[in-house]
Amino acid sequence: MQIALEARNLVKQYPEVRAVDDVSFSVMEGTCFGLLGPNGAGKTTTVEMLEGVTPTSSGEIWYYGAPAGSRFREEAGIQFQHTALQDYITVKESLEMFRSLYDRKANLDEIIETCSLGELLERDNRKLSGGQRQRLLLAIALVNQPRLIFLDEPTTGLDPQARRNFWDLVKSIRAAGTTVILTTHYMEEAEILCDDIAIMESGKIIIQGSPGDLLQQHYKNVIIEIPIGEISGSLASIPHKVLETEGIIEIETNDVSEILRELAKLTSGLNQLKIRQPNLEDLFLDLTGHSLRA
Amino acid sequence: MWKRIFAVFRARNLEFVRDRGSMAWNIILPVTLMLGLSFAFGNDRTQFTVGVLSADDLPEVANHPFLDTRYVEFVPIKDQQEGERKISRHQLDLLIDFGSPQRYWVNPESPSGYFVEIALLKTETENSTPFQKSPIGGDAVRYVDWVLPGILGMNMMFSSIFGVGYVVVRYRKNGFLKRLRATPLRAIEFVVAQVASRLMLIMVFTSFVFLGTQYFLDIRVDGSYLTLLVILSVGAVTLVSLGLLVAARVTSEELAGGLLNMVTWPMMMLSGVWFSLESAGEWVQKFASLFPLTHILDAARAVMLDGASLIDIAPQLLTLLLMSAFFLTLGAITFRWHPR
Repeated sequence: MQIALEARNLVKQYPEVRAVDDVSFSVMEGTCFGLLGPNGAGKTTTVEMLEGVTPTSSGEIWYYGAPAGSRFREEAGIQFQHTALQDYITVKESLEMFRSLYDRKANLDEIIETCSLGELLERDNRKLSGGQRQRLLLAIALVNQPRLIFLDEPTTGLDPQARRNFWDLVKSIRAAGTTVILTTHYMEEAEILCDDIAIMESGKIIIQGSPGDLLQQHYKNVIIEIPIGEISGSLASIPHKVLETEGIIEIETNDVSEILRELAKLTSGLNQLKIRQPNLEDLFLDLTGHSLRA
Repeated sequence: MWKRIFAVFRARNLEFVRDRGSMAWNIILPVTLMLGLSFAFGNDRTQFTVGVLSADDLPEVANHPFLDTRYVEFVPIKDQQEGERKISRHQLDLLIDFGSPQRYWVNPESPSGYFVEIALLKTETENSTPFQKSPIGGDAVRYVDWVLPGILGMNMMFSSIFGVGYVVVRYRKNGFLKRLRATPLRAIEFVVAQVASRLMLIMVFTSFVFLGTQYFLDIRVDGSYLTLLVILSVGAVTLVSLGLLVAARVTSEELAGGLLNMVTWPMMMLSGVWFSLESAGEWVQKFASLFPLTHILDAARAVMLDGASLIDIAPQLLTLLLMSAFFLTLGAITFRWHPR
């Protein structure tokens, strides 16, 4: 397996803020790499520098062992977070127009099938639902049969069902050997889709690795959740890490039985109690002290 | 490269043609203006105009009793050929030279010329030197004949500059340009596609309006239609290029609107759309020569009213081509795909 894309010491300096501060990482061919972080962390700026649509202040971008140039532009597929298409143009015409811009061309019928656009081909771009629109933007990103595809917050604003459908699409693209670079602030999305992740905060990468490895390195415990309204006494007697977020008490422990006994003394019932494994959201919270969606 | 240009060209055409409101406006505005003007200015003038050949200002009234004639406007004419041209077009009813010998030119087919000539001859006395008469033929140029190139040019100007300028700014603002930037499409390819698309649409609509008004109003065209097509096409390219230049970096539709108005309104007022600039000050004429519309209208009127050939309008064509090259080059260099 070789390196498909490499970011070397990327910096983006605006007059009053350093949006990206010395970011480096490598993306292996055929994998899904996730760039995670809250809004304003610098994910989109980083990705736009990689895509070549935003100039870097300093740093280098390498594509298959050479500085990214015209070959990269021909072989990369891109789905931006916000993209408007031309008014009065149908789905089919949009696909054909973008396909004509590349020498490298995918089979349009296959893309239409993959992205379930068959029934929408004659529909005006303006009349698509959020999910349909995201599928079209993904299809446009595939018209050049990309070796590498960028997906910037592709499921933001979609309902849970549309989001899950989109994940299936991304999985099928990856299964076909396409390298995927995904930015998201949905940790669940990253855990499901990504082989490797980098979490960004204030323009820097604060941690990098595979989701499984990162969680294994940081957590040996499970998390017990119970609504704060269920507790009638003080939690001071519980000898473990206790956090309160959005009305939920979270207790991190390696001894569930002990915690259940202590909680039984403080509440009339444990019907609302949940036990779960720590996730990337917990990891981000532990590393930065605030929630991803804060 | 050409495939990419054609792809963007085709998509832009489809977008425009399916936007029925904008498309209809490109026809309704000029047709309405032409019909309104032909109605308003359809009748002949009631006041008489006499040109007086003079190096400077008009001679004093005391020099000749004819200069004291009521209902006659006397205008100084410096160039005899220019005066004769106006006589042939019925733009002057009579041209008079009080020099030696005393002469006058009149169009025998002009009813106004007939009456003014009678008035002139009535002022002759037995002691005065008789005038020598020089008849000059030619059909009248109605105001609608004269103003049609202006209206076509104005419509082309608004369609080119606003049509392209606003669209590019909208594309930039909503991120469509940024999406195109992520493809192998280059700025010059995008710019050429926009120019070609708008040029084709403008020429189709301008031809439609022109043929329609010619059919209903019998517009005068003394020159070749092909020459007219050439000047209008080159002019449209210049105006579209100007629109692209104005929109090359702008990201706000409000700012774009202000800039586009700033560019178009002086042209509409000073390029000779509604009235001739011949009597305007020299500096106004020099200032107006900076505008592409001035050269388009000069050349189009020369072709339509004087039967000018391609050679005759070569200076205007060359000026417009140079302007186009300048606007396009600067537009492509300064072009910005997306807001900072």
